[in-house]
Amino acid sequence: MAVASAFLFAYTSRACRRFAALLLICLLPTGAVVAASQIDTFNFADEVQERRYRALIEEFRCPKCLNTNLAGSDAPIAQDLRKVVYRLVVIEGKREQEVRDYLQARYGDFVLYDPPFNGQTWYIWLVPIGLGLLAVFVLIRLLRGARWEATVLDEQQQARLQEIVGHSKSSSGAPGQSAERK
Amino acid sequence: MSRASLYIPLGVFVLILGLGYVGFDLGARNELPSALIDKPFPEFQARLLDAPDQTLSREDLLGRPALVNVWATWCPTCLSEHAQLMQISAATDVVIVGVNYKDRPDKAKQWLAQYGNPYDWVLDDRDGLLGIEMGVYGAPETFLLNAKGEVVYKRVGDINPRIWRDELAPRLRQLGIVMTMDNTDTGAD
Repeated sequence: MAVASAFLFAYTSRACRRFAALLLICLLPTGAVVAASQIDTFNFADEVQERRYRALIEEFRCPKCLNTNLAGSDAPIAQDLRKVVYRLVVIEGKREQEVRDYLQARYGDFVLYDPPFNGQTWYIWLVPIGLGLLAVFVLIRLLRGARWEATVLDEQQQARLQEIVGHSKSSSGAPGQSAERK
Repeated sequence: MSRASLYIPLGVFVLILGLGYVGFDLGARNELPSALIDKPFPEFQARLLDAPDQTLSREDLLGRPALVNVWATWCPTCLSEHAQLMQISAATDVVIVGVNYKDRPDKAKQWLAQYGNPYDWVLDDRDGLLGIEMGVYGAPETFLLNAKGEVVYKRVGDINPRIWRDELAPRLRQLGIVMTMDNTDTGAD
């Protein structure tokens, strides 16, 4: 990406250059982040194995860091856990779920970015649903309050209406409203 | 809609603010709850630091309570809790097992010679594999095991006088550990 924008920078007109330079500046940090993700020297038998390993280290949270996955952390414990994932996947040939169970048994739900529904986590699942329901409820209340409703008039009101309509007819000839806003 | 119900959204907003304030203010957010609490301590087989031809396993820890303390010479907090461990070692009859975590054995031996050795056994876990079995993600970490080898308590961070007084000593007493001196406030200076 950065290379492409540098190319653009070189070959665009003066007017565009400023924009291209801005783009380049914006992209620089992304390049740096990509470069900062951790690279270990592991050997894989085939591409499938490597893909499984990479997907798994992307999936787990580093226990030492508040919000970095195993793939992106250079904490010593993340390095060790990447080795463990490598051993489980490549050397012991474990399936994905077995690797998840292994890490969960040792480091708890914390390492899973997808927390299970249990006594400790129920509220993070239920609060958004509850707030959604509350929003629907409030919306319905608001819409109902704003609705235009036909008003049924009793005899007395009918008579009064006739009187007014009759009066306005005789004075201006404009038709009156048969309903009024509640 | 009545006037009072107009304040419901405000109330909900304040409630969310309050939850957020409490949630983000929790001091323990850096501490993982151990997955091992109330579960058996993992099976292991580890070499002793001072006798590499001998190993220790989970069975050796059964029969009486044990403190398992994960430490390393590269860990400054381990040094700061060391005096407390020395006092616990002197004042109680609890078995203390040190796990020398991702360290160099020669450095570890030198460290123990210099500052004193509070441990009944020190395990050599230079590659950190035992640490992973225990769910360790830093040092120091301390596990309290009952006589059946189940983890009843875990501390991430140093054993300081406050932790000793409020969390560790009462649990040791509950497990029947004899305090050989009146040390409710050991080191509470």
